[in-house]
Amino acid sequence: MSAAASVSMTPAARADGRGWLVAPALVCLIAMFVYPFAYGLFLSFQPMEGGGVFANYLKFFTEPTLWPTVLITLKLAVPATLINVGASIPAAFALRKSTRASKFVTMLLVVPVTLGTVLIADGMLTYYGPNGWFPQALHALGLYHDEVRLTHNFWGVLISLVISGFPFAFLLILSYVTGIDPTLARAASTLGAGPWQQFRLIYLPLLVPGLTMAACLSFVQAFSVFPSAVLLGVPAGATRVVSIAAYEAAFESYDYSLASCVAIVMGFVQLVIVAGMLGVRRAFYSGPTTGGKG
Amino acid sequence: MTTQAPVGQSAAAPITRRKMRREGPGSRLWRALVWGTMIFFLVNVALMIATVTMNSFATRWFGTPLPEGFTLHWYAQAWRDFQLADVLWVTVEVVGAVVLLSIALGVPAAYALARAQFPGKKLAMLVFLLPLMVPPVTYGIPMATVLYKVGLGGTLTGVILANLVPSLPFVILVMTPFIEQIDPNLEAAARIFGANTLKYFRHVLLPLLVPGILAAGLLVLVRTIGMFELTFFTAGPDTQTLVVALYYAVFSTGVRAPQSIDAMAMIYMAITLLWVLIALQFVSPTQLVSRVKEAPKGE
Repeated sequence: MSAAASVSMTPAARADGRGWLVAPALVCLIAMFVYPFAYGLFLSFQPMEGGGVFANYLKFFTEPTLWPTVLITLKLAVPATLINVGASIPAAFALRKSTRASKFVTMLLVVPVTLGTVLIADGMLTYYGPNGWFPQALHALGLYHDEVRLTHNFWGVLISLVISGFPFAFLLILSYVTGIDPTLARAASTLGAGPWQQFRLIYLPLLVPGLTMAACLSFVQAFSVFPSAVLLGVPAGATRVVSIAAYEAAFESYDYSLASCVAIVMGFVQLVIVAGMLGVRRAFYSGPTTGGKG
Repeated sequence: MTTQAPVGQSAAAPITRRKMRREGPGSRLWRALVWGTMIFFLVNVALMIATVTMNSFATRWFGTPLPEGFTLHWYAQAWRDFQLADVLWVTVEVVGAVVLLSIALGVPAAYALARAQFPGKKLAMLVFLLPLMVPPVTYGIPMATVLYKVGLGGTLTGVILANLVPSLPFVILVMTPFIEQIDPNLEAAARIFGANTLKYFRHVLLPLLVPGILAAGLLVLVRTIGMFELTFFTAGPDTQTLVVALYYAVFSTGVRAPQSIDAMAMIYMAITLLWVLIALQFVSPTQLVSRVKEAPKGE
């Protein structure tokens, strides 16, 4: 239907009429994504309670209920990203050959991706809760004797970020790892390179772009943590993340101006960190690859 | 693991085996550690899911490894208490509309990006890429603000429009490389016989695209069922999807029996898993992620 509508527009464009096929999707996204973002940015400079243009931003960076949320979020998102990407690398190497076992494990890892954070939070509340199987097993095995507290605190949220984030990072990194020609490493091995040297000198430089991408996506995903921070954490204290602050401003105090300001700050912090990671990658990348490519 | 050489890589096998012998215990320890950690992770996830399953069938379960008895009572109660019939119907409406709309709008756009040269193509690409790079929480709040301002907040239309934002770029980025793979000579041939873009699209391109469209549609379906934040920000009391209803149920634990909530979680999981299994028939899980992310780089 939309195709027909845009095709009728074709005579208007001389260059390549087929380009107009992009119009319906573009209009939709401009209306639903670009415009709201611009509107939010504009709105954030119009504080509800009056004051100067930057009143919301001043409020954000002075009120103790708002600015520490950025730090709290970083305290969750950075370890979660490091764990997810760090653990994915050896796992992807262990499973990179397409054997039946590796296919099976890969398949199993797809399941947590589909569960969604809400279901993971619900499951964790019972499984890791004070009377759940995990504490019971720890006690039964005599590994830990005190009360096991893994829900309604920082650790609960971090664990949920790993459960939902690791499979995603793993699948991403696995597809990058399998994309590297193994003959390169085999050639190195005939020249006497051990597995660690093969990894460091051949795989790692080639993997850096993929790893950066995976780290960026994992970070962005972890940084916007919301349902698990409410359900598994302490939404008023230790896990009061940025998205909770934004949600409360928008839907509890109906201060859309402040909420937009929080969302903009959130997007800005993400952007800075992602840009930083890409910058580090460039610094890291320049050396080894030019040598390898010749 | 090490003794089984894959059939296709017989050339590599002798080297691998020799290497193994030379490395000795250190490498084996490392292997054991990696596999051990992975198995620990998977066992915990499996047990976590098993907990939810067990609890949803349990009569009374407190501080013991296994519950006292089993019942189907909680499913009936969840169905009644959470008005699951309504919630499921809303979910079907939202997900169905999002899948159909994102394909109807996304496939032509993907075709244009794959085949046509036009001014502003790079900019269009950026607009399609950004929603996948920015997490839903960040853009969801300004978006919900706009939706409430124009009176669409809390309505079914609002929820559908909100969910289109990540789905539409997803379809475009999955379909663009797919369309690029199709031989452009087919198009030239069709045009020689006088087909315009629409006719070519309907009679030549569309039949070739069906597998890709199915895969993209299924992935959008799975993603939309699980899309929590956008629906949560834009839904009203009558427009909650299953995942949002589940959130509210877990959020207000204590009001309802936890077994009843877990029964609802089971229904949610069963629905998602069914579609994931169908989707996996069409797409390999590693491609599922990488195709999309690599697409902008021209891979």
